Amino acid sequence: MYKFGFSLTKARVINYESNDRSIVDFILEREPSLNLCIECGGCSATCTTGNYTNFSLREIHILLKRGENEQVRDKIKQCMLCGKCSLVCPRGVNTRNVVFLAKQAFQKFTGHAV
Amino acid sequence: MQFDPFVIPFNIGLYFILIYAVTRSVIWFRELSRPDKLRLQRGFFGKAFGQSLMEIFLESLIHRKILKKNLRIGYMHMSLAFGWFLLILFGTLEVDIFGASHLNAPYKAIFFKFFNPDHGQTPFEAGYSFLMDLILAFILSGLLLAIIKRFSSKAVGMKKTTRLKTLDKVALTSLWLIFPSRLIAESLTSGAYGTGSFLTGTLGSWLASFLSANEVAYPFWWLYSLSLGTFFVLLPLTRYLHIPTELFLIFMRNSGISTGDKTGAFSEVEVHSCSSCGICIDQCQLSFSAGINNIQSAYLMKAIRNNADTYDIAHNCLLCGRCDRACPVGIELSPIRMIQRRAGESETKYTNTWKGYFRNKHSVSVQKQNTKSIYDFLPESNPDKADILYFAGCMTHLTPSIKIAMTRIMNASGLKWSFIDEKGGVCCGRPLMLAGQDKEARELINFNSQIIWKTGAHTLVTSCPICYKVFKESYYLDVEVLHHTQFIKNCIDEDLVKMNFIHKKVTYHSPCELGRNSGIYDEPREVLKHVANLETTGFEDENSLCCGGSLGNIILSQAKKRQIATDVAAELTKKNPDYLATACPLCKKTLAPVTKSRVADISEIVAEAIVLPVIKKNTERYKKPVRESAGIA
Repeated sequence: MYKFGFSLTKARVINYESNDRSIVDFILEREPSLNLCIECGGCSATCTTGNYTNFSLREIHILLKRGENEQVRDKIKQCMLCGKCSLVCPRGVNTRNVVFLAKQAFQKFTGHAV
Repeated sequence: MQFDPFVIPFNIGLYFILIYAVTRSVIWFRELSRPDKLRLQRGFFGKAFGQSLMEIFLESLIHRKILKKNLRIGYMHMSLAFGWFLLILFGTLEVDIFGASHLNAPYKAIFFKFFNPDHGQTPFEAGYSFLMDLILAFILSGLLLAIIKRFSSKAVGMKKTTRLKTLDKVALTSLWLIFPSRLIAESLTSGAYGTGSFLTGTLGSWLASFLSANEVAYPFWWLYSLSLGTFFVLLPLTRYLHIPTELFLIFMRNSGISTGDKTGAFSEVEVHSCSSCGICIDQCQLSFSAGINNIQSAYLMKAIRNNADTYDIAHNCLLCGRCDRACPVGIELSPIRMIQRRAGESETKYTNTWKGYFRNKHSVSVQKQNTKSIYDFLPESNPDKADILYFAGCMTHLTPSIKIAMTRIMNASGLKWSFIDEKGGVCCGRPLMLAGQDKEARELINFNSQIIWKTGAHTLVTSCPICYKVFKESYYLDVEVLHHTQFIKNCIDEDLVKMNFIHKKVTYHSPCELGRNSGIYDEPREVLKHVANLETTGFEDENSLCCGGSLGNIILSQAKKRQIATDVAAELTKKNPDYLATACPLCKKTLAPVTKSRVADISEIVAEAIVLPVIKKNTERYKKPVRESAGIA
């Protein structure tokens, strides 16, 4: 078959009842300010890492809420913890602690350092 | 009468603590690294020994640093430590001079009155008793202050005092009982024999007037001995272990040993030298601005001693270094906190054994690490050659006015410079270090080092004190690292940049990372004096405040940070300055929203003051008729 350079995406079903929210719960318990997030994307806009890759804290937040932890695990380690995101956040989310806790949570639940 | 059963508890306690002290010292010495052992040996035969003796006298007995800070608290510590020392010293001399023989057992000196009740008849003896009574009165006055402090810390000039655990309370009670029981026991014995001086004699004769003094005295001698014994046995389990440990610490420090970045014998000695005096609590801005009263350094030391969980305590700290400077014992508190933050990665750990009398050093298996590079996505860059590099840093990119001001100053200086992170650079690595993730930080350091190395520059100027500290301390580069305030100071000295004097009132907020943590206090102030009227704030140099925005604290919520910033801004703008000057983009960012005064970085004020070079304007064109200038005849 001739390849046109695009394909159909696979159907992705996210089961909200059975997804793994252990990581996001761990974070929310210790950093409840994450609940204030309005997904404005300010953090992603200013991100130092985002300057070089498609790293986005907003995306990570959404993925964590959905329980797609595997994807987060690969991405989160790219953060440099520079703290620009927490300064631009209009809602006062302590974003540095969110990343810091996420790294810890992976270490705790999966036994592998991120 | 040379022995009585009541001296047994005291003797048990005394010999226990002596043997314990020797054992523990040997253990600590053995756990020192080899270079540190050599340092200690060299210190023992060198100048450090004399220095240490002097310091031990001034700090452990007189408590000079506390006296300077707070007279009442200082007096309390001095009367208890120095007074008790004098009591033991003169007690030993007393038993040597007046006793039956020389070289007596220690208990004879402590319970001298009991064994020599009729002492004090001749004028010389009476004079000596007067001296002993004076020392006892000195101690008791301090004890009174200590009791007042426990119930109302404000009365002795402290905002807060430390909270205690049960065992500390038992030890504290036994310590408090020692001197009153001695007073009553000596008074009663003196009363029965008609001896004693102004304190014991007077109290004794009054008590003897309605009591059969000799019989009542005996239980008090027991109480005196028991409280001493209890105190000595509990000493290793409580904060009172600082009394012997501090001597060890002073000696080690004078020999040139420092904390470093790993748990070891020296950090253990430091942790046990903390007396929980609570001076760090009063210094902590989290305590007096944000109302967080369980994370101060005294509690960190306590948590480490008790093997408690230190996660919250270690991470909820601005790392401003105010407590480091205030600590009267001179414990390196911030490095110990950093060790606790790295705890997950550290290989050695201490746990309590023998019901807490000893601590066991053991290795913790390090969790599996990814050996693959984490920041492999960073592009390779080929920067231009330059003499001077300017690294703005993440925070400066968020406050572009500083960046613009620095560009202007750099251009005005006429030097060949290059802006290495103009289009957004990589983080310097300090934020990761502050979070205890040194391995990741090292990767960023290597990346930045390569760029700097490729430019072949000899000077690196940075606008951010956070970057400055890490460039200065953790990068192994052959460049001179300057903070922009230092650079501007150099430009002024070398007459590279001409500046006007702007008649504005300015107060200066010294950033923690630049001031206390890097020791740069003078340059920013001199630059400000050069261009504007600098006013004092009352929070200068080592006593400067933290803006609250510190990257050192990961846990603190934005609301609390704002609260601290509001308090700081209010303090610094009391004189209504035109500018609240600072030398850190993060401080500027934190302080700007909470004050009505204009917050500006020093570079901005300097850029405003720069004298523009006079451009020869071409005004000839306007003097000629239009037609002529257009070339029409």
